Amino acid sequence: MSTSNNIAQARKLVEQLRIEAGFERIKVSKAAADLMSYCEQHARSDPLLVGVPTSENPFKDKKPCIIL
Amino acid sequence: MCDQTFLAITFGPCDNCTQNKPLMNIYLKNEPINYCSLCVELMACQALAKGETINTLKAESESLKAKLEEERAKLHDVELHQVAEKMEALGQFVMKTRRTLKGHGNKVLCMDWCRDKRRIVSSSQDGKVIVWDAYTTNKEHAVTMPCTWVMACAYAPSGCAVACGGLDNKCSVYPLSLDKNENLSSKKKSVAMHTNYLSSCSFTNSDMQILTSSGDGTCALWDVESGQLLQSFHGHSADVLTLDLAPSETGNTFVSGGCDKKANVWDMRSGQNVQSFETHESDINSVKYYPSGDAFASGSDDATCRLFDLRADREVAIYSKESIIFGASSVDFSLSGRLLFAGHNDYTINVWDVLKGTRVAILFGHENRVSTVRVSPDGTAFCSGSWDNTLRIWA
Repeated sequence: MSTSNNIAQARKLVEQLRIEAGFERIKVSKAAADLMSYCEQHARSDPLLVGVPTSENPFKDKKPCIIL
Repeated sequence: MCDQTFLAITFGPCDNCTQNKPLMNIYLKNEPINYCSLCVELMACQALAKGETINTLKAESESLKAKLEEERAKLHDVELHQVAEKMEALGQFVMKTRRTLKGHGNKVLCMDWCRDKRRIVSSSQDGKVIVWDAYTTNKEHAVTMPCTWVMACAYAPSGCAVACGGLDNKCSVYPLSLDKNENLSSKKKSVAMHTNYLSSCSFTNSDMQILTSSGDGTCALWDVESGQLLQSFHGHSADVLTLDLAPSETGNTFVSGGCDKKANVWDMRSGQNVQSFETHESDINSVKYYPSGDAFASGSDDATCRLFDLRADREVAIYSKESIIFGASSVDFSLSGRLLFAGHNDYTINVWDVLKGTRVAILFGHENRVSTVRVSPDGTAFCSGSWDNTLRIWA
């Protein structure tokens, strides 16, 4: 029965590879440019990147927040 | 009255297996085939075309693999860090531990943020799952699971429940109540059932569905209310250690990584494996989507983190250094995707500039392996959990 298992596995692999080979790919230069533009667009709203003033960051204060 | 037709059975050697058995007299394309019933069944199940053997299939898979490599290489016209050269370099980073959450009795294995940006759920080796308020470091809820090594925990999008699981091979959902005295264990709901340990779990966009990955090599999508299996994902050839859902609201894909060194991207509706990446040299411990959903990063035992672009269908960056020899257990992006935080087994957290490929900071503080790293939903801080039994909030 091991031969039939191998055939089934081999056939699944071929099917999977056929699907992957048919994939529509774009150039790395275009993909990289898109990643960069996303970073640039959102850089200003990234607190870990640009830093927020201590008063606005709930974690940066020395005393715990007391919400009355 | 009685007009029955009997099949005249011949007995003799089967054409296929050559054993002496009752033969089925069937005709294939006008040719008589004298196979025994077992061989007929096998033939029907395999639907083998004449001449298809394991060798022809192997040859075809090799040629397809070569074709894939060729197609991918054709589009590899530039490296990501070359394109990013014109970007401004990042300044010096000063990130310090702002809170230390102490309370677990053993290694912290996993954590997740609540969407309210302040609550955290964490799970540990001793079976305890604790919900913390990260601003005040108070513990709000604690549950003791019936098993040890709770390797996966997740907060529901509504903030009203947590899911966790581990060596019990199950994923259980606990609704969180405001009443502190209520025994959470009594409300436990078993949702997922795997045949090996649960390595990771995540709610989809609602509280109603959970995606799980397991040591049995599969991922599965479950309905929380009924516990029904909605879709299962087969394709990994070893334990699946991690998964992450695509960020967009309409996105229906997720990525998983496992001990077979592969990272697979799946379509949640069809269960189909749509893309596969196999460039890591060891187990992939963590995968995380880039905030735009067009790429994902992975951290592996081979001490590297890599960035894979989904539309270019290839690896576009490697984050590694000769001095980093311990595996990365967990990775996460900052809100804009410019920074990649990687927790390593050498007790440190490395912070990388995703686009330029350079390391911008190393964070020390934990006294044992860093097992999990997660950035808060609003990006103001990130939390790391470690085998030193503590969680640290960095900002």
